[in-house]
Amino acid sequence: MTAALEIQGLNKSFGAIQVARDITLSLEEGARRALIGPNGAGKTTFVSLLSGVVRPDSGRVLLFGQDITSDSASVRTKKGLVRTFQVSNLFGKLSVLENVFLAVSERSNASFDLWTGAGKKRELIDKAEHLIEQLRLTDNIHDPVSQIAYGRQRLVEIALALALEPRVLLLDEPAAGIPHSETDVLLEAVYSLPTNIAILMIEHDMQVVRRFASEVTVLVGGAVLMTGTPKDVMVSEQVREVYLGHAGANRFSSETLHA
Amino acid sequence: MKPLPRSSILSRYRLRPAELLFWVLPILALFLFPKWLALGTLVLVFALFALSLDLLLGFAGIMSLGHAAFFGIGAYTAGILAIGGWNEAISGVLAAALLCGAGAGIIAPFLLRLTGLPLIMVTVGVASILFEVANKATWLTGGDDGLYGIRMRPLFGFFAWSISGETKFLYAFAWLLISFVIIRRMVSSPFGIALQGIRENTARMRLIGNSVIPHLSIAFIASAMFAGIAGAVWAQTGGFVGLGVLSLDTSIDALVMLVLGGLGSLYGALIGAPVYLIFKHFAQQWNPFYWMFLVGTMLVVVVRFTRGGILGVLKATSERVTGHKKS
Repeated sequence: MTAALEIQGLNKSFGAIQVARDITLSLEEGARRALIGPNGAGKTTFVSLLSGVVRPDSGRVLLFGQDITSDSASVRTKKGLVRTFQVSNLFGKLSVLENVFLAVSERSNASFDLWTGAGKKRELIDKAEHLIEQLRLTDNIHDPVSQIAYGRQRLVEIALALALEPRVLLLDEPAAGIPHSETDVLLEAVYSLPTNIAILMIEHDMQVVRRFASEVTVLVGGAVLMTGTPKDVMVSEQVREVYLGHAGANRFSSETLHA
Repeated sequence: MKPLPRSSILSRYRLRPAELLFWVLPILALFLFPKWLALGTLVLVFALFALSLDLLLGFAGIMSLGHAAFFGIGAYTAGILAIGGWNEAISGVLAAALLCGAGAGIIAPFLLRLTGLPLIMVTVGVASILFEVANKATWLTGGDDGLYGIRMRPLFGFFAWSISGETKFLYAFAWLLISFVIIRRMVSSPFGIALQGIRENTARMRLIGNSVIPHLSIAFIASAMFAGIAGAVWAQTGGFVGLGVLSLDTSIDALVMLVLGGLGSLYGALIGAPVYLIFKHFAQQWNPFYWMFLVGTMLVVVVRFTRGGILGVLKATSERVTGHKKS
């Protein structure tokens, strides 16, 4: 079976700093993979390399067997490789509905319709409203995104990603900045995605990782340290030493008790 | 689900009653000021030119100081056709629009990769090159002397271009109205919403799958075509084309009208053009040498003390009167 996303020997340096070292990994269809690593491990750069915002120095990225290494960010998105941002990156002056509408409209190739009133595109509006309801954002539907609570902006970010109907979804710390009460809304939305979508989620919160992921990849210094089940990774001596240091090891052992 | 609020950009397509006023006023002017139709025609032409710039700058966010290039190409195309013996007006305008669209299409892929100051400088550069080309190509453009004696056949073989100017006025009015309807539909469509997205956050638009340059190119080409239409109508109704149409002043005039009226609302262009041109007319009568002093003062006052130009003031006032608060 072809992997949903296959990354072969990806390298990237910014000057003397190598931020991706020969990264090779593959996501099967329906994968629920977490990507963890200490700050500065190159996780976000890795997502940027995959989404086409940053060009790799060498290596290949395959989406369902198709080489997309030289595709632009917009083409990759159109082909079903969608990312979200760690720091909300939205259309601040536009309302929640308008934000989601932009993505829905792009997804259904309606953005080249120069003649029909946008508000008359009932099916697009309905779809946007449905996603907004799913992420419990209906109260804010007509508020400018820059004026709603940060945690809710994070949910808009997810709504945008879902509107694009991804085949492979890269979530860059989706829960960062979301109050605990709303993490459930977020995870529910992620769980409710079709099971054949492959998801790679960067996440620090080990609770979330355990609930979400069936496999975990550990990235250290721009290189893959190991891949395994959440439990394997948590009990790994190597991970504890290299990645977590002393203080983290303590935090980790308390987590493993429940694993 | 709640209905779309009127303030949402998604409901731009909905017609507001106040809009009709803009289209009744020129017709009223036709009857009330029959002696001023030449100035009226000029106002209509420049309203269309400013409108085309609003599509470019106010909606697509493309900053250009070279928009006169397309106004000039349109004017020269119509002028050269008429002097060459092709005196049918409407086809002359369409030819001008097509030529401008083609020209814009050729430079779009290079130009639209730029943003900010480099973009402005390149638009100034392109317009300057065109100015010098027109200056040198005397055999075609008449150079410094310009093109004299542009005469058009009666419209539809029936409406003569009278001295009193009703035909010219209504002809310019019709082009403005048709262009306005098309531009209004464009900015209200999903395409127009995507333009707004590009202006707000280009990088993010790419990551929802919009490759940006095609959208900007379409806006740029359309804007060039409408500027070309304005130029062609200007040449046909004025009867003369000189190098001035390609000058930096012409680009700046349109920008000033737009900023005075209000950017990014379409109606700003329709307010800015009459206010600027009528004000300028009387300022020149007051003092032919120092009139720029008054125009400059007006610009400073409007930009300093209003948000969203004259249209912004009108909106704020009507909200205060009716008690409606739009978010």
